[in-house]
Amino acid sequence: MKRILPLLIMALAVVSFKPADETKKPLFPAANIKNLKGEMINTTALENGGKPILLTFWATWCKPCVQELSAWNNSYEDWKTETGVKIIAVSVDDARTTSKVAPFINGKRWDFEVYTDENGEFKRAMNVNTMPHSFLIDKDGKIVWMHNSYAPGDEEKLYEIIKQVAAGKEVTH
Amino acid sequence: MNRLYSFFSFLFLLSAFLLFDVSNLSAQDFGGISGNFQLDAQTYNADSLIGAQAVREKIRSNGFLNLTYSKDNFSAGLRYEMYMKEILGFDSRWGGENGQGAVTYRYAKYANEDYQLTVGNFYEQFGNGLIFRSYEERGLGLDNALDGVKMKLMPAKGLQITGLVGKQRTFFTVGPGIVRGGDIDIGLNDFSSNFFNSLFPTNLQVRMGASLLSKYQANDDPSFNLPENVLAWSARMSINAGEFSFNGEYAHKCADPSAANNLTFNEGKALYLAAAYSTRGLGVNLSMKSLDNMDFRSDRSAQLTNLTLNYLPAITKQYLYRMLTLYPYATQNNGEIGVQADVFYTIEKGSDLGGKYGTTISFNYSRVHGLDTTHLPFTHISGQDTITNNDLFYTSDFLKFGKRKYFEDIGVEISKQWTKHFKTNIGYMNQYFNKSVVQTPGYGLVKMNVFVSEFTYSFGSNQALRLELQHLGAKHVDVDDAGNELTDSTGAAKKPELDGNNGNWAYGLLEYTLAPTWFFSIFDEYNYGNDDPNHRLHYLSGNIIWVKDALRISLGYGRVRGGILCVGGVCRPVPASNGFSITVSSTF
Repeated sequence: MKRILPLLIMALAVVSFKPADETKKPLFPAANIKNLKGEMINTTALENGGKPILLTFWATWCKPCVQELSAWNNSYEDWKTETGVKIIAVSVDDARTTSKVAPFINGKRWDFEVYTDENGEFKRAMNVNTMPHSFLIDKDGKIVWMHNSYAPGDEEKLYEIIKQVAAGKEVTH
Repeated sequence: MNRLYSFFSFLFLLSAFLLFDVSNLSAQDFGGISGNFQLDAQTYNADSLIGAQAVREKIRSNGFLNLTYSKDNFSAGLRYEMYMKEILGFDSRWGGENGQGAVTYRYAKYANEDYQLTVGNFYEQFGNGLIFRSYEERGLGLDNALDGVKMKLMPAKGLQITGLVGKQRTFFTVGPGIVRGGDIDIGLNDFSSNFFNSLFPTNLQVRMGASLLSKYQANDDPSFNLPENVLAWSARMSINAGEFSFNGEYAHKCADPSAANNLTFNEGKALYLAAAYSTRGLGVNLSMKSLDNMDFRSDRSAQLTNLTLNYLPAITKQYLYRMLTLYPYATQNNGEIGVQADVFYTIEKGSDLGGKYGTTISFNYSRVHGLDTTHLPFTHISGQDTITNNDLFYTSDFLKFGKRKYFEDIGVEISKQWTKHFKTNIGYMNQYFNKSVVQTPGYGLVKMNVFVSEFTYSFGSNQALRLELQHLGAKHVDVDDAGNELTDSTGAAKKPELDGNNGNWAYGLLEYTLAPTWFFSIFDEYNYGNDDPNHRLHYLSGNIIWVKDALRISLGYGRVRGGILCVGGVCRPVPASNGFSITVSSTF
């Protein structure tokens, strides 16, 4: 009891006295990630100018993740042209393999926006359990589609949904 | 008491969520509650041939639920965990005598552009983790979250200062040590841009950082004068210049005699260097790591993966091919030196060799040795024995490869998409695994040749068949105390006398997928080369997985061989089992 009280008081103080700023609502919950140059980026800054974002959590050692990203990469040019979607690939490689992420994605000729989340802060904020785990986010930051795992052919269905979101339609699964 | 506390924590946080934002309970909006859930359950049949045990409870299960509330700059969360009782392979302290469940993690956090304050449980990493990383790997039963206060300050662009204090989690309680630490991270380009950019070209980016970590644990040992406060520090630098990048960190730990380092008073040292070159189509990464006496825990009596303060992952490549999970390398925290090289190369689409879709070749080499160490003889306090080969008093040449090889791996993989519907991945690895050092003394060496192959054929708009075939050829060789290979009277390599010479294995998997919902797979591992003809067994199992958005249900049945499960840089043993398993996981 005694240990939980300060927590609650803080919760009360923060929630009661901070009015919501509706005008600049970020698309993602706050977490610190790094770009491939090692610069720290706050996830609240991620955006795509009102177009949909396809966010995925992956790792260099995760085979289905690499299969999924390879499949997306084959169609990414078309997807971008048609819908304006941006793919953000967040690597959860830890200190064992983070230094391989940049050589790996360059070696694969992938064109995604890639970040590293070395200690899983963003992964936890997005409630990701296992990989690959992907989210499709609309212009308002609403998660309109989520998927955990990869099977060949997933991308066909996904692209149909991306088109619906880009056109501002209600998503039908 | 603990239960009561957990129950109240749960109740209070839940009511806090509900009171503050009943209207915003949408799962798909960050101004509300979100979370995830997982349950793993398994039945255990006795199977004496493979060494699988039945359990008295018939079924065992692990589960957890995370809930996160966030609104604007504020967030709070909790996790309920249960082990009723723990799945075999997890430390038995998870389930205790009769199984247990409780709220084990709760926090409140406020974050804006200038600072972040976290009270309660949190995770954090300084630099590359050489002196501090608190993290979780639920699948391995590893969680060393701190319970305390963490503050991050961002007083200027490119500058971040972190300070924290807390106690580390161990199972359902916290360890005895108090942990205090601080870290500073500076991006020189942002921080002093005008000055810096006038000195160097614009595409050069430099970051520097330094960390301090100190732990306190009372000394209640009557016979040793053990340090109660132990300090560790590290300094790091990373440089990014277009296609080149470099990352280096050095760490130092003051005398920290503990159960894990056999109570040596030597200081600890660690050096990590990584350099990369990458351009479109080609990536090269070179790294080296040297460690001496770097096991660091907030409790000097802790063992295994319990209460670790730092993170020292193996510098070797982590493969997830089933045959390569038999003998995975694990870092020797008390001393090792290793190097690794990785090359990723993609032959361009449309070229003769690349084909219509391109061909990717990856190459890996890694090698780890013991340090070049000299043990200093000392005379036991009784005055009777002079001990010459001991871990208590030694000197080591920190940057010199010792004579004893722990691990070596040369691996090549080629993946190629042939048509829109067919792709292949083949690989060959040659490995040297010093089982006497990495696992148990007396088991000698294992020398391996491993072939892996994978063929995926997709048809219709959403169906695919995937076939995996792997082979492990293993030779077991006994060694003497100095690590020299032994031969028998005929001059052939001598086999280790201890059991565990499993020899050759073959593996096959067939999977049918119906995207995006169904996975059916069946796989067999066949230990046809076992020394003991009675143990030349098939381990056959099958799985059905159903996925709907972020809900995943997996049902399996079969015989599973004992092995090592690794995620990231840590591993846990998984005992042989025979039975049903079910996993339910969901994110909402």
